[in-house]
Amino acid sequence: MKELSLNILDIAKNSVKAGAKLCTVEITEDRETLDLKISDDGCGMKEEFVKNVTDPFCTTRTTRAVGLGIPLLKLEAEQTGGSFSITSRHESEYPDDHGTVTEAKFYKNHIDMTPLGDIISSVATLVQGSPEIDFLFIHRLPGGEVRLDTRELREVLGDDVPLDLPDVLVWIKENLRGQYDELNAKE
Amino acid sequence: MKSLAELQAIREKMKNRVVLREGQGDIRVVVGMATCGIAAGARPVLSAFVDGVAEAGLSDKVTVTQTGCIGICQYEPVVEVFEAGKEKVTYVKMTADKAKEVIEKHLKGGSPVSEYTIGNN
Repeated sequence: MKELSLNILDIAKNSVKAGAKLCTVEITEDRETLDLKISDDGCGMKEEFVKNVTDPFCTTRTTRAVGLGIPLLKLEAEQTGGSFSITSRHESEYPDDHGTVTEAKFYKNHIDMTPLGDIISSVATLVQGSPEIDFLFIHRLPGGEVRLDTRELREVLGDDVPLDLPDVLVWIKENLRGQYDELNAKE
Repeated sequence: MKSLAELQAIREKMKNRVVLREGQGDIRVVVGMATCGIAAGARPVLSAFVDGVAEAGLSDKVTVTQTGCIGICQYEPVVEVFEAGKEKVTYVKMTADKAKEVIEKHLKGGSPVSEYTIGNN
């Protein structure tokens, strides 16, 4: 992938597919590292499946027997000297507390670091693709944090206005852009 | 920065409008957004359709949705256009610029841009 934000979009879609009600994307950066954490309350995966999930030939796809989303993210993290992990609790064993957490650590100054890219577009694309579920996005930077919680948006919009309404998507993009601009102005 | 008050304004604006999701003559634009599509550049293509359809005032007639892998990864980004009573049109190797052309000529004008369809690629 050319941008880490594209990996994020790709991996968060797994949460959507797992029937998550809430998918949380956290990016935590300091001068040297970038930690990515994507967690959900979806159906989770069984232990055996989790073990094989970084194998490109392990996939839920039906169109072909190759799935590259997770292997790509793992590769991109490890090629910076970073790490990757995925833990999951399947609903059959954890009926009240199931879901999946995917984490990756990147060393930003490594020459093979994939740039984060257009994260605002990825967040907007996630909401556009799955307006029925909630997303919590938190980007912690040395100067402060950028945050979007679709549950708060829903509270303001009520039940009649869907999150994928073009006006709402524009609002989301401009709101995030504004938060980033404010942080940049502070630095 | 866009504030919550502006979000409230969107709600007020929508109050008097009935959002028709499925009506007759509806056009559905489906963008492949699996790993293959995303890696090939589907995100800006999707954005171009979402923004372009709204700007062209086609929101009542056209819905833009995402789907998984369509199975022809080498042709990604792939966009399918479904219209009641018409044959499906499959656009391949799409870009944001091509998307703008499709909105103008196909979604607005009614004639598919055959240059970008799978039969010609």
